[in-house]
Amino acid sequence: MIPDLSKYKRQTLLKSFGLDKQSKLLESKVLIVGLGGLGIPVGQYLNAMGVGSLGLMDNDTIALHNLHRQVLYSEKEVGRLKVEVAARKLKEQNSQTSITAIPKFLDKDNALEIISDYDLVVDASDNFSTRYLVNDACVILNKPFVYGALHDFEGQVSVFNYKNGPTYRCLFPNRPKAQEIPNCDEHGVLGVLPGIIGNLQALEAVKVLSKVGEVLSGKLLLFDGLTQKSRLVQFKENPDNKNISRLQERYGSDSCSTAQTIRTEDFFEDKEPKQLIDVRSKAEFNSGHLEIAMNIPLQELEDGLGKIDLERPVYFVCQSGKRSQIAAQRLSELFPESTLFSIEGGMDQISTVCR
Amino acid sequence: MTILLFGVTKDIIGSPSLSIPSSSITGKKLPNNVGELRTFLGKAYPELNSLSSLAIAVNNSYADDDTEVNSYDEIALIPPVSGG
Repeated sequence: MIPDLSKYKRQTLLKSFGLDKQSKLLESKVLIVGLGGLGIPVGQYLNAMGVGSLGLMDNDTIALHNLHRQVLYSEKEVGRLKVEVAARKLKEQNSQTSITAIPKFLDKDNALEIISDYDLVVDASDNFSTRYLVNDACVILNKPFVYGALHDFEGQVSVFNYKNGPTYRCLFPNRPKAQEIPNCDEHGVLGVLPGIIGNLQALEAVKVLSKVGEVLSGKLLLFDGLTQKSRLVQFKENPDNKNISRLQERYGSDSCSTAQTIRTEDFFEDKEPKQLIDVRSKAEFNSGHLEIAMNIPLQELEDGLGKIDLERPVYFVCQSGKRSQIAAQRLSELFPESTLFSIEGGMDQISTVCR
Repeated sequence: MTILLFGVTKDIIGSPSLSIPSSSITGKKLPNNVGELRTFLGKAYPELNSLSSLAIAVNNSYADDDTEVNSYDEIALIPPVSGG
């Protein structure tokens, strides 16, 4: 079927856009990850402007406190799945678009398969786990993605992994730990701000797809809503960040850690010599420790990496089992291939068992 | 030296920008490169040390720790932000 292009007349009239750019949009497939404050304007504009296929991915339901910024949803839709409501409304908006609702969160098991169906990804998520997963999956699949994120009255926009350009990890190599950076739930967000940032993402998506203008690749746009100041920061690619061949084992937050724990009894049962790292402070360590233990306080873990042989299993111990769990989790993110254990109950438990 | 603060660094330091007076006034040794600036700011604001990633731009270009900084440079601290 030949699509009706008359509805796009006002934008095909633009000399530097025209019918050829419009047909590029019509042939394009875009995945929008997250149908919240950022994803809604992205979806509405890409749909209205004639992007051929849109995948809408989110498994969240509409909450009353979403409505001040997620302006596609209405009061009577509270409790319903965002992607279902969004898909229905976008179909009404433009019947020519092929719209797929994907009622799932992006995770390491579905990311590669889903993203491989699209030409471009728009990261409109609201958490670091998803952002780093989108980055790594797009690098593996060689797909560009449009990044947008908010904090307070500020927003960031960039296009990553575009024509061998830099990636998200070239700007921010390490995923922040839980609680390090507040999210919108804790910090709050002014309703219109995701609208502005999401619209900038939609603009970049259209530029990438239709090949007009200068794509925001290798540049980070910082927008400050309080002063209406925008700033572009240039950055370069670090080739190491292109060297991703598989996804990490985990992208989850530290609070729902799945780092392996080992029971004290099991630790002592096997008499094989072990590599044991005591992550307590020097003072705690000096006041009593296991003979085979080497002391690397948790705060110095990253600096002390040279002392750890990651080819062998690494066992972590602390006083109660909490810090050792954090240590194992941190290293598992840096070295997903390594075998890491945290000794459950720590020295407290060991002293009871060995008494 | 003017340091513009973005994201959570604005919250940590408590203002949108920071001005470091030149050494001739205070007599203190000023950071000569981005790495020294990180240490300098980390001492004054220890919470900055807990950030897993903190990009620093000098005159609107991303800078690594060896990049030289001068009193007339405009520095920006850019942490990742997650909201959406």
